[in-house]
Amino acid sequence: MNRNEDGPKQARRMASVLEIQDLHVSYRSREGVVCPALNGVSFGLKPGEIIGVIGESGSGKSTLAVSLVRLLPSNGEITRGAVHFEGKDLLQAKPEELQQIRGRRISLIFQEPSLALHPTMRAGEQVRQVLAAHRSPGKNALNERTRQVFAEVFPEEADRISRSYPHQLSGGQRQRVLIAQAIVCGPSVVIADEPTASLDPVTQMETLGVFRTLREKLGLAMIFITHNPALLSGFADRVLVLYGGQVVECGPAATVLASPRHPYTKALFQSIPAVSEGRGNGRSTRLPVILGDSSQSSLPRGGCPFEPRCTERISICREREPALVNLSESHVVSCFKYEN
Amino acid sequence: MKIEASAGGLDMQSLLKVENLVKRYAKGSLAGAREELLALDGVSFTVFSGTTLAVVGESGSGKSTLASCLACLESPTTGNIWFEGKDTVKLGEHARRQVRPQIQLIFQDPASSLNPRWSVLEILVEPLILQRKFKREEMKQCANSLLERVGLSPDIVGRPPTELSGGQRQRLAIARALALDPKLLILDEALSALDCSVQAQIANLLMGLQSSLGMTYLFITHDLAMAAYLADEIAVMNRGRIVEQGPAEKILKQPQHETTLRLLAAVPRITRAAPPAVQQ
Repeated sequence: MNRNEDGPKQARRMASVLEIQDLHVSYRSREGVVCPALNGVSFGLKPGEIIGVIGESGSGKSTLAVSLVRLLPSNGEITRGAVHFEGKDLLQAKPEELQQIRGRRISLIFQEPSLALHPTMRAGEQVRQVLAAHRSPGKNALNERTRQVFAEVFPEEADRISRSYPHQLSGGQRQRVLIAQAIVCGPSVVIADEPTASLDPVTQMETLGVFRTLREKLGLAMIFITHNPALLSGFADRVLVLYGGQVVECGPAATVLASPRHPYTKALFQSIPAVSEGRGNGRSTRLPVILGDSSQSSLPRGGCPFEPRCTERISICREREPALVNLSESHVVSCFKYEN
Repeated sequence: MKIEASAGGLDMQSLLKVENLVKRYAKGSLAGAREELLALDGVSFTVFSGTTLAVVGESGSGKSTLASCLACLESPTTGNIWFEGKDTVKLGEHARRQVRPQIQLIFQDPASSLNPRWSVLEILVEPLILQRKFKREEMKQCANSLLERVGLSPDIVGRPPTELSGGQRQRLAIARALALDPKLLILDEALSALDCSVQAQIANLLMGLQSSLGMTYLFITHDLAMAAYLADEIAVMNRGRIVEQGPAEKILKQPQHETTLRLLAAVPRITRAAPPAVQQ
């Protein structure tokens, strides 16, 4: 860690288990066109904290997940920024060092559990191999640790599931096997990219319950990426809203979900139908929508990325990028409405 | 096609009437007794013309099997599917070909239901070519009006679907389904893979099409909130059976069956209590 840094800044970094600073990532198309995907994302993840990252397709949320551990596809490039983890900048780390961290200290969980598991290998073996790849504690200890993790993730039927092949498991069970893989080495950070998107709502709730229990028992910090803000309610501690590769709002989950301040966050929440909204009041009812789609974001041309779709835009929105404004100590929003 | 009243006990307004539908699959086990999986276990319901029936249920409840049977992609083991007074289960292949275009299916993931090597135009005119209904010059015009109907710009006709966003692709899938003037659209989790804001756009499009074209929808989903928003009636499925059915409002306000209660409790809400911790 850099010693000549000023005191408070260093103290803040110490408090975070993962600190992302000014992360810029871009992709190069086959024609050589550079498309920015992340444009200066900064936030810190505290130990045991769950940060929910919300964003539409194209907002950069999956790019964020993979660039933190440098698993970007070959046409992606991290152009600027730093990711501090356990006293190292992961973006400067050597490949061998990264291998020691990925899957062991920082794990990833992806959306499609049926694609992430080997079809002809028993679930227990798939978890055991993750552990064996990172540590070699001997056969007995290996099996014991695997059994222990299965018992944590599957309170019932741990043995049966560990002997099953993926096709014998339900979607929710497969997702839990992936969770077992992610926690078997005892990481301090788990990055989950839409881990419940393919599950039905009942299973989805159960899986969120598993994540929460693990957080409480193991003190895991999580970055939970989703396109459905409603999932984060009662689950995440903080919510970070990404739009066009930038953080447009970030704050305590309860505050952001109950009273969003950025026009994008507000519009996004309104487009979700509430259960109580029956069709009873006639066919003329329409869900409020955000016009256009996220492909219209204006990343390269300066100005607020949401400006083309924003209903509250003013002239300055086109001229320059809004800065992050502190609404309170922990709640920031990037919108000119709140700038003085 | 004219509605033949009274045939099969059909009254004038009902477009689709399903009676006691059963579908069994042989469960593969290499040795030993052959097991059977009962995917549909005596499903009956009626869908009236111009309305929306939502079928909700957890994964594995038989929703998608139902969709395949209704779209004549699978034959049910027993039971009847009356579509406009004809029992599609008993129709011969030739007669079934007349019925199929009137029932169109839209799937969850538009990325895998559209050919990535074809242009938007080719995708849209394929059903027209197969049904030999149009002259070549009419087809392009038809494609343009289809695109307009679903809110897409005709400028995209030359582009492959891979260059479209998720919402645009699902609009294109809807446009293709509308190409043959169907009477019934089966939407099998058609919104689930889309972003919330895009879901709302497509939901509004579907509502608009229903009021302008008088479409009838069978909306299959596990999202009870969206079902409540789009549907006149909701049928709740569990293990191949319909366990509760009624007007959308009633299902929401006075749910009776435990499956409905469970699904309702699991609907993510922006303001909601913490998910229950797992019992250890």
